[in-house]
Amino acid sequence: MNWLNQIGAILWKDILNEYRTKDALTSMLLFGLLVILTFHFAFEPDSLEIEKFGPGLLWMTFVFAGILGLNRAFSSERENDALQALLLAPVNWGAIFLGKMLANLLFILVAETAIFFCFAVFFNLSLGLRLGWLVLITFLGTLGFASVGTLLAAVTMNTRMSDVMLPLLLLPVVLPAVIGAVEATSAAFTTPVGETLGFWLRFLIAFDVIFITVPLLLFDYVLEE
Amino acid sequence: MKAENLLLILTVAAMLAGVYCAFLYAPTESSMGEVQRIFYFHVPSAWVSFLGIFVVFLSSAIFLSTGKRIWDIRASAAAEIGALFCTLVLISGPLWAKPVWGIYWTWDARLTSSFVLWLIYLGYLLLRRLLESPQQRARLSAVFGIMGAIDVPIVYMSNRWWRTQHPSPVLGGGEGSGLEPSMLLTLMVCLAAFTLLFFYLWRLRCRLDLSSDRLEALERHLLTRIQEER
Repeated sequence: MNWLNQIGAILWKDILNEYRTKDALTSMLLFGLLVILTFHFAFEPDSLEIEKFGPGLLWMTFVFAGILGLNRAFSSERENDALQALLLAPVNWGAIFLGKMLANLLFILVAETAIFFCFAVFFNLSLGLRLGWLVLITFLGTLGFASVGTLLAAVTMNTRMSDVMLPLLLLPVVLPAVIGAVEATSAAFTTPVGETLGFWLRFLIAFDVIFITVPLLLFDYVLEE
Repeated sequence: MKAENLLLILTVAAMLAGVYCAFLYAPTESSMGEVQRIFYFHVPSAWVSFLGIFVVFLSSAIFLSTGKRIWDIRASAAAEIGALFCTLVLISGPLWAKPVWGIYWTWDARLTSSFVLWLIYLGYLLLRRLLESPQQRARLSAVFGIMGAIDVPIVYMSNRWWRTQHPSPVLGGGEGSGLEPSMLLTLMVCLAAFTLLFFYLWRLRCRLDLSSDRLEALERHLLTRIQEER
């Protein structure tokens, strides 16, 4: 099997697994709805306040919901020692990383889309043409987050209290991506679209390039026995 | 042993010179007054905390490529000392900021990066504590050490760019705009003293770990001998 097929096989395995259990998606989505509910009663925001606090709130929800999903990424592999079988499979370990990373990216993006849709409906957000920008920002912001998250989920799966350790290690590292994504989303929320948008999009791309390359290089050492 | 004694003598001498310069030689700053003298300890602590993460990065990378235990010890020792000095930065900074700026904290790029660096250090040390097998601890903490160290400059830059988008509420107060020569000299002496202190503590900490490794090996050896004789 060549590289792309290997990545595809791992990705497909994870999609099938998620399709049958629906663990990650259900927990992420319900968490998102709960945040929206709490936000409404905590702040009773009007449309101006939504424009001001919405981007930050959305990204906080995305990040914490994402962590819920990432925690499942390797804990499911530990049940029945599935990870051992994965390591014995005739695939490159870099392909394991990319396959798992793409699976996480996909699940988090699906959850984010649903959360965002609910957010827009509950708070009467009119998006119009800006939707394209938001899709791009969400994709770029989530890409780096999923990549760092996949590596660190593999690092923390061996610790005691792994579901607490993941956010403790992950949040400081992905802080630049969160800053970039919030700033870009804020720029996209204002009419007309803010001029800082281009800058922060380029920043997110740079972050993604660095934090896909470095985890890819380090992943072999994480799995080594 | 000799090199270590020399390092100790140099460190003590530099620390004494630093204390002398900071309290007696350097003139009192005209607008901030005596409180500005904390600067001579605050900035070197910050320098050492960033030096620490750099040493963690190098040691972790060398550990991953060679697999030698000593580099794992070096990385963890540097992280412990870096975390200590990073804590000192976060304590001495607000103590200085309150009388000068009127507030303990502002989300400036340097402050935020120090705070994030501190979180990375603590995450690193906590991770080591929670991993039980020594081989796994060495490998996984090296991976996180490298990730964390690469992240630090990116956090700094992202905060700086973030600041330029939002005007700062605190003007001036920084040390950037040229120092008086005697103040600069004092700062240099203190930077040298803290750097020497870092390397001295680092050596001590590494030796402690090596000794406990040897002790453990001896204990195991004795235990097998006792069992054989029975």
